[in-house]
Amino acid sequence: MLSIQHVSKHYAGKTALNKVSLEVREGSVFGLLGPNGAGKTSLIRIITLITAPDEGEILFQGQPITRDLITRIGYLPEERGLYRKMEVIEQALYFAKLKGLSTQEAKTRVKDWFQRLDMWSWRGKKVEELSKGMQQKLQFVLTVIHNPKLIILDEPFTGFDPVNAEVIKQEILHLKEQGSTVILSTHRMESVEELCDDIALINKSEVVLSGEVEEVRHRYKKNEFEVIYEGEALEAIEGGTVLHTTTLKNGQHRSMLSSQTESPKQMLHGLIDQREVHAFKELIPSIKDIFIEIVGGSI
Amino acid sequence: MIGLITRREYLSRVKKKSFIIMTLLGPFLIAAFYGAIIWMAIGGANEETLHLIAVNDESGLFQEDLKNTGRFQFVKTNNEVPVEDVFGQLNIPKTATLDQPKGIVFVSENSLTLTERSALVNQLEAVIEKQKLLRAGLTESTLDSVKADIQITEKISSEEGIKESNSAVNAGVGFVAAFLIYIFIFMYGVQVMKGVVEEKTNRIVEVMISSVKPFQLMMGKILGIALVGLTQLLAWLILSGVMISVISAFVGLDQAPQTMEQAGMNAPVAMQQGGEAGQVLNAFLQLPFLKLIGAFTFYFIFGYLLYSALFAVIGSAVDAETDTQQFMFPVTLPLIFGFVAAQSAVINNPHGELAYWLSMIPLTSPIVMVVRMPFDVPWSELLLSMILMIFGFIATTWLAARIYRIGILMYGKKASWKELWKWLWYKG
Repeated sequence: MLSIQHVSKHYAGKTALNKVSLEVREGSVFGLLGPNGAGKTSLIRIITLITAPDEGEILFQGQPITRDLITRIGYLPEERGLYRKMEVIEQALYFAKLKGLSTQEAKTRVKDWFQRLDMWSWRGKKVEELSKGMQQKLQFVLTVIHNPKLIILDEPFTGFDPVNAEVIKQEILHLKEQGSTVILSTHRMESVEELCDDIALINKSEVVLSGEVEEVRHRYKKNEFEVIYEGEALEAIEGGTVLHTTTLKNGQHRSMLSSQTESPKQMLHGLIDQREVHAFKELIPSIKDIFIEIVGGSI
Repeated sequence: MIGLITRREYLSRVKKKSFIIMTLLGPFLIAAFYGAIIWMAIGGANEETLHLIAVNDESGLFQEDLKNTGRFQFVKTNNEVPVEDVFGQLNIPKTATLDQPKGIVFVSENSLTLTERSALVNQLEAVIEKQKLLRAGLTESTLDSVKADIQITEKISSEEGIKESNSAVNAGVGFVAAFLIYIFIFMYGVQVMKGVVEEKTNRIVEVMISSVKPFQLMMGKILGIALVGLTQLLAWLILSGVMISVISAFVGLDQAPQTMEQAGMNAPVAMQQGGEAGQVLNAFLQLPFLKLIGAFTFYFIFGYLLYSALFAVIGSAVDAETDTQQFMFPVTLPLIFGFVAAQSAVINNPHGELAYWLSMIPLTSPIVMVVRMPFDVPWSELLLSMILMIFGFIATTWLAARIYRIGILMYGKKASWKELWKWLWYKG
C-alpha cells in the first residue's frame, strides 16, 4: 500500500529523519510510535506531500506519490484547527469539496457522517460555539469525508473524553473493515494493542523497531512468568529464579519467576509438587513496556 | 481549487457586518473627508481673527499707509508699551529710514501665527516699496496702472492632437487616483496578512495544506480579498454617484459640474480661479479618460496583487499579529516613498528622471505612474511600465509563495530576515 524507502530530511543542521524505511500493508492499522520530537510528524508531512524529503521516496500502491493521489489520503494533523466563524455544515461541505467531491456528493456524505456521529443537530452552529470534543469530532469527519484509501491520524485521541475517544476508536476499526488503511501516530500507547496490526517505533529520527504487534511483543519477552498459589511464599525454584513475591488480600501469593529456558516446564513441575497453583501465565511485555524500555534507556 | 478558496474568502468577508457598515458609510466618510479638505483649502480651518495692533511710529515712515485688513486693524499710539486692549504693538524706532528700515519690533502677549507674521511683513514691505517708487518719481496713478492680471490657458500637444490642459487638474486627478490605490493596497493588503496569521494561529493551515497547495491557498486568499475590495469600491462608486446626483438636484443643476470638479481635483485651485471654472472643467473633460481608467484599473489590481503577496509572506512568518511590525515597515516603505514622491517631485516634474524611474519600478509604479498619467505619458513608457509590473508581480508572487509554504508551518519561533532567506531555498 505505502512503501517508505530510505527517507531522510534535514532542517537547518538538524536531522529530522535518517534513512527511514517502512512498509504499510493494505487494510491494516499501522502504529507510528515515538516520543515527541522523534520525527513522526516530519515523516507524515512527507507522506502527505506537505514537504519533500531530501533523500528517498514514497510509493503509494507501487507508484511514486504525487499530488494527484492526494485526494485518496485523509490527514488529521496533530496541530489542527477550523475556521471559527464558519458554520459546522458549511465547513464540512467546504472541505469535502476541496477534496474533490461534487456539491451533491459532498452534501450526501456530510449528512451520512453527521447522523452517524450524532452531529446533525448542531450542524447550524458556528465552530466557535462548539466544545473542544465536538470540534475534534468534526475534524475527524473532515478527515474521512472523501472516503480516502489511506487515513493518517496524528495523535487523534488528544483532547477527547473517554466516551468520544471510544467512538473514534470504533470508527477507525470500522474504516479498516471497509478497506481503508490507517496510519496512527501517537506517543500514547494505551490504544496501540487494541487498534494496531503493525507498529514502527521512531526514536531520534530513526526507526528503532518495527513489525507486527504480537510478533514484536514476543520478540521482547524475557521468559518471565507469573504464578498465583496457596501456601508459603516461594524463596527459590528449580530451573529459574524468584524475582519477587507479593501477598494478595485473600492470603494467596503472587510470584514473578524468571525461567532459565524458554519453556517453563521445569519450573512448573517443581511448583505443582510444592504448592497449590491457582494461576500460571507467561508475562509478555506490552508495547508500552517495550516503548519505555527502548526510549527510556536513551533519554 | 483556487476558485473554491476564493469563494470562501470572499463570502466570509462580504457577509460580515463590519463590511456592510463600511460599504454603506464609506461614501459619507469620503464626502466628509473631501468636505474637510475643501474647508481647509478655502481657509475655514485657519479663519482670520481680527487683531488690533498699536503702531508707535517714531520714524514717520508709516504715517498714512498702513491700511486695515481682515486680519489687522491699526491704531496710532505714542505709548512705549502696549495697552491692554490691543493684541500687540509695532515699535518703529527713529533710526529707521526708507533705505534702512531696521530695528522694528513687535511686542505682544501671544505670538503671531506664521501666516499672520508674513502678512504683516508683506504689508510693511509694500509700504516701503511704494514710497521708494514714489521717491523715484512715479505717480500713484502710474503705480496703479502697472498692476497686471494674467491667466494662462494651457494646451498640450500630444499623439491625439492639441488640446486644453491644466496642470492643477492633472495633478488633482492623478493624486486622487494614486490615493485610492494607496489606501486600497494598505487596507486590503493588511487583510491578507491578518487572514494568513489567523489561519496560522488557528492551526487550520496544516489541514488545508494537506488538501491544496500552499500557493493555491495563498492565491485564493489574495484573489478573494481583491474581489471584496472591488465590490466595496464599486458599491462606493455607485453610492457616491447617487449621492452626488441627489445633492446636485438639491443645489441646482448648474452647480453640478462644480461639485464634481471639487471632488475630482485640487480644490484650492478651483476656488482661486473662481470664474475660470469653465476652463478647469474643460481641461478635466479633455483628459484621455479611457487610457486613464484603463491604466488606473491595471495598476490598482496589479499593485494590490504584488503587495498582498508580500503581506501574505509577513503573515506566514509570524505567530501573532503583534509580531508583524518588524516586517511591515520595510515592505510598506517603497509604497510610502512612492506616495510621498508623488506629492512633491512627481507632480512638480511629471516627466523628470525621478518620476520616470519610479514609474518603472514595480514597487512604486502603481502610485507614481497613476499620478503621471494625466500629464500624458507616451504609450511606449506606459506599456514598458506595465510589462515590468507584470514581471514584478510574477517574480514577487513566486518568491512569496516559496517563503509562505515554509512559514505557515513554522511555529514557536520569531522568524528573522535571515531565516526567511533560508526558507526561500528549502527544497520541495
